[in-house]
Amino acid sequence: MKALKLDDFCSMVKHAKAEAAVARRSVLVCCGTGCLANGSAEIAAEFEKQMESRGLRASLGVYTKKTGCHGFCERGPLVLVEPDGILYAKVKARDVTEILDKTIVGGETVERLLYKNPVDGQRIEKYRDIPFYKYQTRISMRRIGHIDPANLDDALAAGAYQGLYKALSSLTPDQVIDEITASGLRGRGGAGFVTGRKWKSARKAKGDRKFVLCNGDEGDPGAFKDRSIMEGDPHAVIEGMAIGAYAVGASEGYIYVRDEYPLAVVHVQKAIDSAREHGLLGENILGTGFSFDLKISRGGGAFVCGESSALMRSIEGRTGEPRAKYVHATDKGLFDLPTVLNNVETWSDVGVIVEKGSAWFASMGTPKCKGTKAFSLVGKVRNTGLVELPMGETLRHLIYDIGGGTLKDRPFKAVQTGGPSGGCLPADKLDLPVDYEALTDAGSMMGSGGMIVMDDRTCMVNIAWYFINFLIEESCGKCTPCRDGLYQMRAIFEDIMAGRGKDGDIERIEALCEGMKLGSLCELGKSAANPVVSTLQYFRDEYEAHIKDHTCPAGVCRELTSYRIDAETCTGCHQCFKACPVGAISGKPKEKHVIATDKCISCGACFDACPEDAIKHLARHLVG
Amino acid sequence: MNVMVRAPGAGPFRQGVQMSDLLQHEDAELAAIDGILARYPAAEPSLIQVLQDIQRQFRYLPGAALLRTSEVLGVPLARVMSVATFYKAFSLVPVGKVVIKVCMGTACHIRGADLLIQEVERQLGIKPGQTTDDGMFTLVSVNCVGACAMAPVMIVGEKYHGTAKAAQIPAALEAEREVHA
Repeated sequence: MKALKLDDFCSMVKHAKAEAAVARRSVLVCCGTGCLANGSAEIAAEFEKQMESRGLRASLGVYTKKTGCHGFCERGPLVLVEPDGILYAKVKARDVTEILDKTIVGGETVERLLYKNPVDGQRIEKYRDIPFYKYQTRISMRRIGHIDPANLDDALAAGAYQGLYKALSSLTPDQVIDEITASGLRGRGGAGFVTGRKWKSARKAKGDRKFVLCNGDEGDPGAFKDRSIMEGDPHAVIEGMAIGAYAVGASEGYIYVRDEYPLAVVHVQKAIDSAREHGLLGENILGTGFSFDLKISRGGGAFVCGESSALMRSIEGRTGEPRAKYVHATDKGLFDLPTVLNNVETWSDVGVIVEKGSAWFASMGTPKCKGTKAFSLVGKVRNTGLVELPMGETLRHLIYDIGGGTLKDRPFKAVQTGGPSGGCLPADKLDLPVDYEALTDAGSMMGSGGMIVMDDRTCMVNIAWYFINFLIEESCGKCTPCRDGLYQMRAIFEDIMAGRGKDGDIERIEALCEGMKLGSLCELGKSAANPVVSTLQYFRDEYEAHIKDHTCPAGVCRELTSYRIDAETCTGCHQCFKACPVGAISGKPKEKHVIATDKCISCGACFDACPEDAIKHLARHLVG
Repeated sequence: MNVMVRAPGAGPFRQGVQMSDLLQHEDAELAAIDGILARYPAAEPSLIQVLQDIQRQFRYLPGAALLRTSEVLGVPLARVMSVATFYKAFSLVPVGKVVIKVCMGTACHIRGADLLIQEVERQLGIKPGQTTDDGMFTLVSVNCVGACAMAPVMIVGEKYHGTAKAAQIPAALEAEREVHA
């Protein structure tokens, strides 16, 4: 059905809700990229098959739903039974019969598939009681994991497009902008620009055509919340963009999706098509005279295209080279016409802010940063996945209460935020409340919400070198300090990591950092030195250990590290033997194992595999 | 058609590819290229989308396709070349039937992604960016595929391998060989 006027929308929602009410129970199978990799498509198919063949749909009103990412990727594939709220973790296709027998037919839980709390070993039945979910407040990710992203009715029954309906039926464009401004919403792509102010400039700008764009080029390594939103609730993005277009007077929009996100492209395209079929995009939306349509623009695999002016050049079909920003995109953006560009998460927040009102959104967060923020919590942390929290919660709360602490309880060393433009924060910053200003003041930045936890086995010199390499590959090459400065920096780092560091290296690095900051045009170049600057600020002793003592305290830099097995502690479990890629370890099961130093490449695979902590890393020059 | 093209000194041209080789084509190829071009408005904003489709169909951008795209979209060939060499999604030489992507995102890096790259290099005797002589595998290192919670991640063909271990690689390669044999 196509909604031709505002009333049609209400009956469409009513119909969708009635449809949804038919399902007395739903089995929600996570089909995000993570769970799909672990076989969730087969699990969903098996549920479908058995429900059909056993007639459970007719007799019990139970349905299978393939949803977007539930966020708790560490424990995937995840299966959630609603309305009971029972979460099953690490499910396999062969578990389907038991879940149907016990939970759906018998009304009891399958104990062994419940999440086990690593702190006390207790199984937790309801997903809302699991610490990973308990502390979260999901706004931008409000529907992900609960709806089938390929089914518009499902999204409508769960509240999608209510904000658009409200805007079109009862608010003027200026009122929409006032509402977004009052909510305090700031850009979730990292820079934190006030969204309402950006919209206001675009509304005032003169131009017969205006654009709204969605930045789905989530390039920061370690961040994947935008992928999850586009895959799991694309309607939230479309709704936000339609509201934005109404507010600024745009009639066309593009969603720029990263080349590395093929599933997101499929889901967003499906959602655009069905929104158009239902009259929520296209000419004369809901009979209000407002017209707006959307296209996908697929990126070509270039990190710099996440930068606003480069992104627009890319949509125009050109190479993604940034330009100077003395002219704002709100005046001259895509095709030199007034343009509003916001991040996926920002757009996803818009609909619900309009629906529930600015006061509701502004009641969360800190004085300067309102609402919630999505983070991808990854690295050496126990519970990896996607987390959404009110602004202003501490890093400690995020990493320990929700993340469950570091893997294997190793000592926490740092958390890296903000991608290649961000920095690494040490343990004494764990009580920092997370918002834009606090992270910037501490020498890092919000970026797109990647939080990469590092333990004592992460070398901070190696991490800085890693980001330099990343940026060398991604620098567009326009400005010399960024293009060549990075190469020079890498050469110095590689010397340091190989034990050839010398006095004055740190000062030379600092001079290069300063030059790149001053002499580059775009934010990528200006901030390229941040990972180096922040590791120097907080972990200077590690640099000095490499340069002066020729040791890598974390045992990562191969040319400075040797491994040996402590005969006292070795139990002969044979794990290191299996993990060694070069066959440098000898020893039979239940006997002591030994590393042949002439064959060993110091990769550390044995260290990570050893359950007994029997493998030690030593400074190579001390071993000889 | 007579077009003078100077090969730039970067990317796949370093591998000794001659422009004359690139321009060889068959009529069927041209028909397929025209089919792709017909799906988009004949203007510059279609350029990247067109090249994406050509890349997917041919597993590279044939020289004839670049010329044709330049003509039909009315974009100078130099600019088509600059786009084709700027974005990582494009290749001017055929990539293997199975592309092995090893994720080098931060989360994968600190969980040992370099061990995965080294193992693939050892198994196949190729470096990132190279293709095996039989045209079966291409190894690429990618900057984050957004599956960070399962780090380290590698994608072999279409299949994602989460918390991948170097020891699983031989079996994963063998499975792909069987499918494409």
